[in-house]
Amino acid sequence: MVLKRGPRARAVEGAGARPGRGPDAQASLPLVAAKLAVHLLALLPLGLLAWKAGLVLRGIDIDALGPDPVAAIEHALGQWALRLLLLTLAVTPLRQLTGQPVLLRFRRMLGLYAFAYASLHFAAWLGLDLAGYWAMVFGEIAKRPYITVGFAAWLLLVPLALTSTRGWMRRLGRHWGRLHRLVYAVAVFAVLHFWWIVKSDYREPLLYACILALLLGWRLWTRLARRAPRRASA
Amino acid sequence: MSLRRTLAIPESAVTDETVYRRRRELLGAMAGMPLLSLAGCAEAEPPSPSTARVTPAEARAGFSTDEPLTRYEDVTSYNNFYEFGTGKSDPSRAARTLRTSPWQVEVSGECDRPGIVDLDDLLRGAAPTERIYRLRCVEGWSMVIPWLGVPLADVLRKFAPTSRAKYVAFTSLADPEQMPGVRFRSIDWPYREGLRIDEAMHPLAFLATGLYGKPLPQQNGAPLRLVVPWKYGFKSIKSIVAIRFTERMPPTAWNRLQPREYGFYSNVNPDVDHPRWSQKTERRIAGTANRLVADRIPTRMFNGYGDQVASLYSGMDLKKWY
Repeated sequence: MVLKRGPRARAVEGAGARPGRGPDAQASLPLVAAKLAVHLLALLPLGLLAWKAGLVLRGIDIDALGPDPVAAIEHALGQWALRLLLLTLAVTPLRQLTGQPVLLRFRRMLGLYAFAYASLHFAAWLGLDLAGYWAMVFGEIAKRPYITVGFAAWLLLVPLALTSTRGWMRRLGRHWGRLHRLVYAVAVFAVLHFWWIVKSDYREPLLYACILALLLGWRLWTRLARRAPRRASA
Repeated sequence: MSLRRTLAIPESAVTDETVYRRRRELLGAMAGMPLLSLAGCAEAEPPSPSTARVTPAEARAGFSTDEPLTRYEDVTSYNNFYEFGTGKSDPSRAARTLRTSPWQVEVSGECDRPGIVDLDDLLRGAAPTERIYRLRCVEGWSMVIPWLGVPLADVLRKFAPTSRAKYVAFTSLADPEQMPGVRFRSIDWPYREGLRIDEAMHPLAFLATGLYGKPLPQQNGAPLRLVVPWKYGFKSIKSIVAIRFTERMPPTAWNRLQPREYGFYSNVNPDVDHPRWSQKTERRIAGTANRLVADRIPTRMFNGYGDQVASLYSGMDLKKWY
């Protein structure tokens, strides 16, 4: 979530993007449509899950979520949190590769959806899975490494979500970018969280780990590449 | 009548739990009636609360329980059977390719009558019986399943194990042709399990050939699987093709993969956590009610079979021999 431009450039962009104001407000109809589409796509897994949960709850189809609905709900929410997180991290490389700065307009939205799914995932664990065994919560978070990193990932997302507004961007200035580098740690923790729960078939978490390595590797590489010529000219 | 023929009950006869629980009553009522299908009879019955008929003797022996049963649909679609894929629903989709007949079992090792025997011969003479057992998976969920089969001891005795037979090792089929999951090394195939001989001879140790009154579905380990209700589910090896009596503790699949996480004994024990997760409680998958909130219950020592099996481990440090 690091912007490569200074806070001033961001402030200008911010002002321009306010709905109904600024020069690009009229020209952004396709952008509004695209944003709407992303909203709908991001809400689709949740909607599907809620619909199936409704079928189970009302006894219309108690098998809609399989034999272990609690596990199915937890897994789906966690999976989408991770996917949306990686999508968020893919925005900057995609912008650089395609030269489409407009992609940045989707980053906060995707990040907030990742946070929403992660929060629901956490809530499902607390509310549906532990179901009454509240005394277990702290012990589990402290003792189980996979829960520890999962909880840490969610906890670190909280300040990022809270400071995702334009107001906080302005207030934090250049610190905003630094703070939002936490998302790299969040992504690593999230993949570890998945990795450590698997018993023997690591293919699925491995896929996510590879995607994350690619996304972080790209950042490292572009950073080094940018630094190298500067050093040569100095 | 062979056990397998006894179990050849038509699909239509599979009934829901309520009716299943009342089967003895229904069969009694049917005795004087003209022959009609059990299914038809079942449909005519108004739904009634579970009326378990667990005799005190059965309950004492641990052979049955009046806890709500896990639905047939759930028992047969939520399976860990990595030979057919590592997803819970993979086996119910992929295991149809498993040919369960003809089926032979090779019995070898420290016994007087080793040999390769047909399944029918293996089971011959042993009285088919039903057991309603709790099944506790090491992953933290559990079921209550009505099995059909024979006591393991009755089968093992036929091969006359010698005094050197200290352990019994079991091997699953590992045929990549029939079992797509075997093409991926999630486990060091074939799947192997083992019991100490006194565990294997315990009256609760069971060889299942059916569940819910019908032949074992492929995804549940057809045609022959072990059921050891006081141990974590992975000890109850599926689709057995070899039984070997050994003097030394045999290697077991999960123990070889992660020795710190899965011991040879793997008795259900709420006081010994899996290194990565707690074993103090479990999510019970049973019945139809309240499926959106976990039916979380405390896990019991030896999965609630302590009265029957605790003496097998007297003097043993179960934290060390997990």
